[in-house]
Amino acid sequence: MGLSKLNSLYREVILDHSDHPHHKHPLADSTSNITLKNPTCGDVINLDIKLDDHDRIADIGFTGDGCTISQSSASMMTDAVMGKSKEQALHMAKTFSDMVMGKQHPQKDLDELEDAAILSSVMQFPARIKCATLSWWALQRALMREEDQDQKTEPKED
Amino acid sequence: MASNVTDFTHDFAILNQWVNDESLTYLDNAATAQKPQQVIDALTHFYQHDNANVHRGVHTLAERATEQYEAARGKLQHFINAAEPAEVIFTKGATDGLNLVASTYGEAHVQAGDEIVISIMEHHSNLIPWQQLAIKKHATLKYIGLTADGELDLADAARKITDKTKIVALTHASNVLGTITPLKEVAKIAHQHGAVIVGDGAQAAPHIPVDVQDLNVDFYAFSGHKMMGPTGIGVLYGKRDLLEHTEPYQYGGEMIDFVTRDKSTWTQLPWKFEAGTQNIAGAIGLGAAVDYLESIGMAQVAAHEQHLVNYLLPKLLDLDYLEVYGPHDPAKHTGVIAFNLKGIHPHDVATALDMDGVAVRAGHHCAQPLMKELHQAATARASFYLYNTQADADRLLKAIQEAKEFFSHGSVETK
Repeated sequence: MGLSKLNSLYREVILDHSDHPHHKHPLADSTSNITLKNPTCGDVINLDIKLDDHDRIADIGFTGDGCTISQSSASMMTDAVMGKSKEQALHMAKTFSDMVMGKQHPQKDLDELEDAAILSSVMQFPARIKCATLSWWALQRALMREEDQDQKTEPKED
Repeated sequence: MASNVTDFTHDFAILNQWVNDESLTYLDNAATAQKPQQVIDALTHFYQHDNANVHRGVHTLAERATEQYEAARGKLQHFINAAEPAEVIFTKGATDGLNLVASTYGEAHVQAGDEIVISIMEHHSNLIPWQQLAIKKHATLKYIGLTADGELDLADAARKITDKTKIVALTHASNVLGTITPLKEVAKIAHQHGAVIVGDGAQAAPHIPVDVQDLNVDFYAFSGHKMMGPTGIGVLYGKRDLLEHTEPYQYGGEMIDFVTRDKSTWTQLPWKFEAGTQNIAGAIGLGAAVDYLESIGMAQVAAHEQHLVNYLLPKLLDLDYLEVYGPHDPAKHTGVIAFNLKGIHPHDVATALDMDGVAVRAGHHCAQPLMKELHQAATARASFYLYNTQADADRLLKAIQEAKEFFSHGSVETK
């Protein structure tokens, strides 16, 4: 009744991340970056990723403005994927977007998401799913683009 | 005080429902309005009894459909006091009408070095068509600014409109600031410089009396769905002389006179601008919405909303944690009220309000240049209509207070 349902979305850990977001800064030496917009509200996220020679996420940072859900989701995402391989990170992004759409995933996949798994509660607020997925979508797009570029640059044209 | 406000909710079945275990308070009327039973019945009746294509058949149903479609045009003509039905073109909505003017009249009359003048408070639908036309034609797009309290700066309008100006396009009422613009005065300035004026009536026609002849606008576009009509239908008003000398927007059936292998001629107004099968039921439904609004009277509709704003706006302004955009004088404010809870993102606010059954919009309201002017990424927006009551205003106030408490404490169980 009333706002009590909000407690299931705005959990303490989510509010903590939104008040004190982790890795909220640009990277000077990123290997990939992307700017994405949430079309429903105009919120913007800029995501910087630095991959090491073994395609592991050596560093990640985000900037931008947004609501509690989008900011905390970005913060939790950066925590979860730090040090992961590109492949693992893409798998996690898939798990996350499946999770918020209500699709089942093995517990070990969800554990891998760390704090971010708590956002499964956003399922009950369909209008807010895009806020939660924005940063994960940015991650996916940035990493995929990196892959495209790898394939393109393999022949080393210049 | 409550007794001064007539209750129209009985005509709107949709309002009588529960969302999130709370009774619905619908305050998103600037996005779209609810439809009275009379409009729903008109649509149903048409499809159950009279459905046929218009202006084409000689059979009885075709005759009935044509008669009702054209009768709807007549109702719209009187609603905005156009001189004749030929000046009333059915469109998909305000966006469609504004694009029509930009890509026909605008395309023909704007040349390199010319100016198009709009205001900084325009909805994207009355901004992008002119912006793109200006880019294409190497013309200059100029913006009229705002006064400190969010009204159109008429002195700036007089500065920005020059002899190089070919088109002035201005909203009649802001979908964010809740201001009514001095459209008539700006029309006068435009005409002194030989420019035409295009009014965007999307947020005005549903809420205040509109007289296109008194305003002396050259074109005026509005949407049906914001004035209790169906979606996908709207009106573009244009002065006959201008429409006569403007090329068609689209080609196809219904809009032609003679077609040979090599060339075609166009039929008369308004059908010249209505290519293909139109939204016939939509037009008839919009006609029913006009009947409904006129049975109350547009002056009465405006007075009802003014009464609600007089009651609510001072109470909102009293909340020190709330920022309210647009004029602070209720007399200058329509039923559209944009606000932010300081330090809380409007999306979070809108979700909290929704949990209390209060439907508001949160976002940039398709007015990104205005948002930039206000130094906001987004705002929440409550917008009222005829069927809203003082109780709805009270429920908004209560929900805002609860949202404030929730986000201050991070929980409803305040400890």
